[in-house]
Amino acid sequence: MRIQVNVNGEMREADVEPRLLLVHFIRDTLGLTGTHWGCDTSNCGACTVHLDGEPVKSCTVLAVRANGHEVTTIEGVTPGADLSLLQQGFREEHGLQCGFCTPGMIMTATALLERTPRPTEDEIREAISGNLCRCTGYQYIIKSIEWAAKHGAPTRVEVMP
Amino acid sequence: MQVPAQFDYEVATSVEEAIELLQRHGPEARLLAGGHSLIPMMKLRLAFPEVLIDIHELDGDLRFVREDDGTLRVGALARHKDLLESPVVRERYTLLADAEKFIADPLVRNMGTVGGSFAHADPSEDLPAAFVALGAEVVVRGPNGERTIAVEDLATGPFETAIEPDEILTEARVPRAPHGSSYFKVERRAGDYASAALGVALWMNEEEIEDARIGMCGVGSTTLRAREAEEVLRGQKPDEELYKRAAERAAQECDPPDDARGTPEYKRDLVRVLVVRAMEQAVSRARGGTEDRTADGR
Ligand SMILES: Cc1cc2nc3c(=O)[nH]c(=O)nc-3n(C[C@H](O)[C@H](O)[C@H](O)COP(=O)(O)OP(=O)(O)OC[C@H]3O[C@@H](n4cnc5c(N)ncnc54)[C@H](O)[C@@H]3O)c2cc1C
Ligand code: FES
Ligand code: FES
Repeated sequence: MRIQVNVNGEMREADVEPRLLLVHFIRDTLGLTGTHWGCDTSNCGACTVHLDGEPVKSCTVLAVRANGHEVTTIEGVTPGADLSLLQQGFREEHGLQCGFCTPGMIMTATALLERTPRPTEDEIREAISGNLCRCTGYQYIIKSIEWAAKHGAPTRVEVMP
Repeated sequence: MQVPAQFDYEVATSVEEAIELLQRHGPEARLLAGGHSLIPMMKLRLAFPEVLIDIHELDGDLRFVREDDGTLRVGALARHKDLLESPVVRERYTLLADAEKFIADPLVRNMGTVGGSFAHADPSEDLPAAFVALGAEVVVRGPNGERTIAVEDLATGPFETAIEPDEILTEARVPRAPHGSSYFKVERRAGDYASAALGVALWMNEEEIEDARIGMCGVGSTTLRAREAEEVLRGQKPDEELYKRAAERAAQECDPPDDARGTPEYKRDLVRVLVVRAMEQAVSRARGGTEDRTADGR
């Protein structure tokens, strides 16, 4: 089936099988490998992207479901060679170790800060409860998101076509 | 890598078209709502629909949460997060918001729908139990028009419902708001399905319990209603002794499976504890209490 998806502000077209999952469309068809693919069982959140502005697990969404819709990936919230405020927060507060969960965490945190620019610790914990991290113990991830909130987290970055 | 088996894909642009497509493709076709129950089952090759009929474009018709003339109406495509965030739900149908806090995680709650929760009929699904407590019914539409089914009669077995293959569930309706309600769940880890969970809805008459309803999940082969426990409560003055008697009855009314989420005896014990907790909170709320829940009750 022919689909057209607005990915990070750019219209992308492809012929896909209906059973292709959105995560594989993003990684394999489009070559945007920033989105990670972890558990395959809808549990880990490494595959989190925004579908029409809401964070979702892209391993549990069909690519054809995104036809005519907007998808934002980690590449779409990262300003070129610079780091976004959330990324800076993760660097300043040691919010990652192996980094596998980080793109998903940042997509979830971006959506959180768009709606709630100064979240409480409880709100942060609740928001990231669908994103698993095997390394950090979460404390530093929470600090990283708080760092970004304190520094006036940016939201979506305009992507150059 | 888990990939579903091949299928054909259709997108319905109206409820009528969804019904037509279901008729045309026959019983091997399935509706696709949020996909958060069906796609994992297809990835595990536990489900092999030949055709998926995607209904997400029906949001305009079927995504709503509102009260009309004292009836709460929840559209089939309302997402879990819509229920959780609805002011009328939080204030007047509080156990639905309680239950939503326990369902999966915020990412899943952005996609998963209320209609999918009912139609999937997982015996551990939370929302059907909460709606059973509220005495709700669902509306289904097919080639011959609309009919309603009481939520307690909806599941006919594990993953089986009274919905015909050419019918679509359009909404759930709660005929009257309870005076107090509460939902509690014990799960192995945050976001998991229930080891045992239950909801209580109460209608009070001065100091007496005029009516009480209890819906339970994870403790039988379908969502259960604890009718005998309700009978114990009806017409009585609420107190701890009464809750314990009702809880004991509810524990006997369930038939929990022996599985990785616990032994039947353990789950019955959970029911004993949860009925008491839910009653305490529902009564307190009926009396105007707004105290926050304890840490383990969220
Ligand atoms: C990681 C994870 C954790 C979860 N944890 C919980 C939990 O703790 N508690 C809980 O209750 N649930 C949990 N769920 C399930 C979640 O609530 C699902 O979103 C929900 O059960 C199904 O909704 P859906 O829209 O995704 O349905 P889909 O997967 O789209 O559909 C499910 C079934 O319902 C049918 N269907 C869908 N809509 C209709 C309709 N309108 N009319 C007729 N048939 C229809 C489909 O054909 C399919 O057979 C979890 C899911 C995941 C992925
Ligand atoms: S890969 Fe999607 S939730 Fe783990
Ligand atoms: S940093 Fe390794 S999984 Fe989170």
